[in-house]
Amino acid sequence: MNTQPGGIGRTLKEWIFTTDHKRVGVLYLIGSLAAFVIAGLMALLIRIELAEVGATITTSSTYNVWLYFHGAAMILAFQIPALTGFFANYFIPLMIGARDVAFPRLNALSVWLFWMAIVLALLTFVIPNPPDIMWTGYPPYSTTYTPGNTAFYTFTVLLFGFSSIAGGVNLITTIVKMRAPGMGWNQLNIFVWCILGAFILQLIFVPVLGSAVTMLSFDKYLGTSFFSPAAGGDVLLYQNLFWFYSHPAVYVIFLPFIGVVFEIVSTFARQRPFNYKVAVYGGIFGTVLISGEVWVHHLFTSGMPGWIRTGMMVTTLLISIPVGLMMISLAGTLYKGAIEYRTPMLYGVGFIFLFLIGGLTGIPHAMVSLDLHLQDTHFVVAHFHYVMAVAGTFSIFGGVYYYLPKITGRMYSEGLGKLGFWVTFVGVNITFFAMFIVGLRGMPRRYFDYSQFPELEGLHQIQTYGAYIIALGFAITFIAWIHALVAGEKATGNPWGSKSLEWFTPETPPGHGNWGPELPKISEDWTPYDYGEK
Amino acid sequence: MGKRLKVASNGPLLLFLLFLLFLLQPVAATASSGGGGGPDDPAAGWDHLFHEMLIDITVIGLVFALVTLYLMVKYRRKEPGQQGTPVRLSRGAMLGWALIPAFAFMADDFYLALKGWDLFNDYRNVPEESYEVKLESRLWNWSFTYPNGVQTMDELRVPEGKPVVLRMTSADVVHSLFLPDFRVKEDSMPGRITYLWFYPKNRGEYVFTCAEYCGLLHSNMKGKLIVMPAEDFFAWLEEEAKIKGG
Repeated sequence: MNTQPGGIGRTLKEWIFTTDHKRVGVLYLIGSLAAFVIAGLMALLIRIELAEVGATITTSSTYNVWLYFHGAAMILAFQIPALTGFFANYFIPLMIGARDVAFPRLNALSVWLFWMAIVLALLTFVIPNPPDIMWTGYPPYSTTYTPGNTAFYTFTVLLFGFSSIAGGVNLITTIVKMRAPGMGWNQLNIFVWCILGAFILQLIFVPVLGSAVTMLSFDKYLGTSFFSPAAGGDVLLYQNLFWFYSHPAVYVIFLPFIGVVFEIVSTFARQRPFNYKVAVYGGIFGTVLISGEVWVHHLFTSGMPGWIRTGMMVTTLLISIPVGLMMISLAGTLYKGAIEYRTPMLYGVGFIFLFLIGGLTGIPHAMVSLDLHLQDTHFVVAHFHYVMAVAGTFSIFGGVYYYLPKITGRMYSEGLGKLGFWVTFVGVNITFFAMFIVGLRGMPRRYFDYSQFPELEGLHQIQTYGAYIIALGFAITFIAWIHALVAGEKATGNPWGSKSLEWFTPETPPGHGNWGPELPKISEDWTPYDYGEK
Repeated sequence: MGKRLKVASNGPLLLFLLFLLFLLQPVAATASSGGGGGPDDPAAGWDHLFHEMLIDITVIGLVFALVTLYLMVKYRRKEPGQQGTPVRLSRGAMLGWALIPAFAFMADDFYLALKGWDLFNDYRNVPEESYEVKLESRLWNWSFTYPNGVQTMDELRVPEGKPVVLRMTSADVVHSLFLPDFRVKEDSMPGRITYLWFYPKNRGEYVFTCAEYCGLLHSNMKGKLIVMPAEDFFAWLEEEAKIKGG
């Protein structure tokens, strides 16, 4: 079906029916960036609404739909697909020296399901009763009392879930079975390990989310009573099932994005990742191991028994060890490096500081007693925006800049790229730092209005100004990308001088089959990070 | 530590020593905290522990950020072709770089967690002399029932200086009663009875509000907590009962 050997197809049909992992990856990128733009717009509208006490630009019911869409789309349609869809699909086969993924047609199915899910999610703005149940969809509100369409939520989540399971089966097989001749486990890029970890989590936990949201629609439309106490069900059952998936989902996002940053930092510091084995076996697999045992910290104020709350406090604190090891490894990579600060690297080191703030503000949440005040306030909103939303977006943006020359064969404008970075960096810190303070003072999340806290209006305004700055930063970044596509200089095959395999394809952008007639041969002492003398 | 460290060539050593510093930091915190005071006001305990936590994470964050900044500046590329100098770690150094920071970090965390657990027990162990009020939440208001059957809506009056326990349930969806000034919240939900207690030491008016998303008027689901002198409170309660009865 891929009649053209070059990386970029000419006709729409070639794109839609493609089984080439690189095109599938690009399709994932386009879809997830589209979701990002729309969900980001929702965030801006939300901030404008909150700038003043009282209703300003919309009604409560519309606002709740924005919030629902912003949360659900950013997680399910932007971050997970951009990281495990785009980056993984495009670069795993290149990094391990394979010609494609193990099951190219399954890959095509996965991206089709993803696009259907995107379309379904976007229909939120068209259908008469859009879901307003937030991305968490707690019953009994979502089953009995909401005016919105819960089935829409269920099917959107299921489609994203199926897409991700297909991707997971595919990429795990690819990593295990299709490494280039001679490539041993300790010669993998950190990013490859991260994707392996992330997809192990997806395969274990997505089915739990799938069953939870399916039971939700059964309860609402088919008259079952899984979550209805009146008929012997239990509302907390759903919350447990939901977070049993959705906490590991945080690591499904975290692992790939820190993996991307490892690749960027290592390349621009011309240095191998500090303490590779500990970062991989301790950091990544430690995270995978513990991430399924911490979900009750989302239920610290849900009337769960005291013993399980304190138990999950301990596991939650434990998970800071593997994450901390990865952070030490990441910062340690700078040590004795030769660092060049191009745009991707700015995002890479910016990530370290933003993730640091996000990670450390998670510790008060882990303390069950402190969380009794902080839970469900803007403090937790600020925390997970720093740790997931902002850090994740910085990683994705940095990654897109980093790989832009490889994917498109074009170079971006360094000036525009750096300007976009700084504007965004300033904006996120204004918005989300002020959000911590507002949360600490008692502002609950998911509020349309805050007439009971009129004293917080000033801080809310600051956050809204920050949001304008963020929007400006994003706009500059998108302009920089479009400028690169349209008018960018021609890029060389390995503009950063990286040692990693994905930069050594014979063509740029890589052609179909990636490697020409013969697969790369990997010698025993090769690593993707062979900087400096041996 | 008066001795000047040779930071120029010993970045990792510096990092390592600073991690040891984290280990000592809670000890310093203990030395500076007074202990004492009434054991039982969770809100005061919360403020105290959060303050300690804030210092702790600020120190960790600043140290990590400063070391990173130092490395960022120190090791910037001087000439175009320059490569990094490989850092080879012995097996011992590898493990050391994993175990020592992990141990130091956990020692610090669990030191605070122990205090946090203590405080959690204060939050969950209701004092025996507590005054009990029943709460039922519904879309979108709070109704309180006092021991003598008096009911109020979106207004909770309590006697000053007496712990108050709320036994909570919900008529429809999950809500969460949040008392920001008392640093506590707990969900109320159908089919279960949950509780929280707080210690109203000072008379005055306080805000309570809903913290679990419940639809259209979620942010409007608020009320007033009025802490009154005990005799005024009981007089009011009796008066209300009479009005209701008569």
